[in-house]
Amino acid sequence: MGKTIAEKIFDAHRVDNPSGTIQVISLDRVFCHEITTPIAINDLVSRGKDRVHNPENIKAVIDHVTPAKDSKTAEQGKILRDWAKRNNIRDFFDIGKNGVCHAIFPEKGFVRPGFTVIMGDSHTCTHGAFCAFAAGVGTTDLEVGILKGVCAFEYPKTMKVNLTGDLVPGVYPKDVILTVIKTVGVNGATNMVMEFTGPVVDGMSMEGRMTLSNMAVEAGATSGICKADMTTVDYLWPFIKSDFASKEEALAAYAQWNADSDAVYEKEITIDCASLRPVSTFGYKPDQVKNISDFENTKIDQVYIGSCTNGRIEDLRQAAAVLKGKSLHPDVRGIVSPATPEIFSQALKEGLIEIFMDAGFCVTNPTCGACLGMSNGVLAAGEVCASTTNRNFNGRMGKGGMVHLMSPASAAASGIAGVITAAQ
Amino acid sequence: MKNFNGNALFLDRSDINTDEIIPAKYLTEITKEALAPFLLEDLKLKGFDPSKNLEGISVIITRENFGCGSSREHAPWALEVNGINLVIAENFARIFKQNMFNCGMMAVELPSDTIDDLFAGFAGTGAVVSTDFEQGTFTFSHGELKKTVPFIVSDFNRDLVLAGGWVEYADKKY
Ligand code: SF4
Repeated sequence: MGKTIAEKIFDAHRVDNPSGTIQVISLDRVFCHEITTPIAINDLVSRGKDRVHNPENIKAVIDHVTPAKDSKTAEQGKILRDWAKRNNIRDFFDIGKNGVCHAIFPEKGFVRPGFTVIMGDSHTCTHGAFCAFAAGVGTTDLEVGILKGVCAFEYPKTMKVNLTGDLVPGVYPKDVILTVIKTVGVNGATNMVMEFTGPVVDGMSMEGRMTLSNMAVEAGATSGICKADMTTVDYLWPFIKSDFASKEEALAAYAQWNADSDAVYEKEITIDCASLRPVSTFGYKPDQVKNISDFENTKIDQVYIGSCTNGRIEDLRQAAAVLKGKSLHPDVRGIVSPATPEIFSQALKEGLIEIFMDAGFCVTNPTCGACLGMSNGVLAAGEVCASTTNRNFNGRMGKGGMVHLMSPASAAASGIAGVITAAQ
Repeated sequence: MKNFNGNALFLDRSDINTDEIIPAKYLTEITKEALAPFLLEDLKLKGFDPSKNLEGISVIITRENFGCGSSREHAPWALEVNGINLVIAENFARIFKQNMFNCGMMAVELPSDTIDDLFAGFAGTGAVVSTDFEQGTFTFSHGELKKTVPFIVSDFNRDLVLAGGWVEYADKKY
């Protein structure tokens, strides 16, 4: 019987099978940020176990609130910084070099096909775009991952998400994943891994695939995985070229992780993406999704372009293409947060930052910032934001605020119009 | 082993997310105890007032997909420092459920018709739950009214509860 991607990865990483379907797997990567890691660090210190299993496998970043906004966030950064130093964690990204975790770690080539990755962050599923098993965990799992290099999971069941058809202009990976979540429901993929497949995925850049995988957790999924192909190899090539004689050789090595043709899926869905139009969320749950053309005069106060979902260079290009030569509506504030310093400087080189500034946007340093309502653009009660982030929960970007999730192009178009609108 | 007995609070809604259990703005706290006053602060639910209704509560009973959203273990911790070590629901988001057992707490699933019966019989009455961990039963009681329901936790999660959490378990074994 054939295997899915997640099954292959689990079978290659099994350390223990303590009971039933629970497997303890070895970890290739443990990612850390300053919100969920400090309590794990403090606990390890208080247990007299201030050590790490393998400093090479641990990567850390200060990203959620940076620069620190107050004494408490400064303390969180300090705990992470001091810990990284004393445990020889060389890949630690501090201010000036830091960016949103799920954007900067892939950009540095830290994730490879077949890897197992955990992080104390629910959107860790993003890294599944590289044909890896990547899952968000809590602080205790993170703590054990740091100390022992292992984590326990249910042996994965996989939902195959087949994405067919050609996207029409104005429809982006964000519209696709929002439609998937609408179809599956916020609880529909709980305890399953989503495997995104089909011509739409094949035609997507790694950036687009990361947008898909990023939001798998919004349907309850443990991870969102895409197969390894030449697009994966091309993206990783600067980091792997000394390991392989050619790209074809790299692809042959990575393709072993792809699902077998006779793999058995727990569930399968197919979405004909040719029929999709630009969409947005409308309520407080990410499966409340409808076509933007069905919104009637929904006024917005803020546009937010950034985050681990849509703060990458392609996203900024798509938004800038809409904004070029135009200005934000006088009642709308615009904030753009390039997700990493590299994306920021690339956007500068391409003249995108100038387009945003000319349109009236505030350009912030790379950070999670307003995405989770901690800094850099928190909403006031009653305010409405057109946002490229991934959660529209009540209060997510500020108590009493309303968040509409959409693509960067739609967010830009809404900023110009002052009401929720799709790009022309 | 933690205590899984006491007064029950019924929350009649699905998809209660971790932002509602403990809002992001409190994630800057670096001790669990500091989270205590903010549990369920952002939960909008008719008839529920977090400043009054959490007093003396040890068990929460709710509907589907409890704990969805952010992976923050601050959600179980906020429950724990309020003396709530047991949540009973139709089902849970994966990360939240594992976080509970990783802390030696319990997130237990019961069939939807059982949950319906418990809501019908005990919601709003000040019911008390007593847990027989060995037998795998919860007994709900209010005055004369008593109802015992069986529950199942996986052997692994059971071991985590007995060990006092995943750090203790893993430290011995790996
Ligand atoms: S950008 Fe938002 S969703 Fe992504 S890691 Fe940061 S806070 Fe979480």
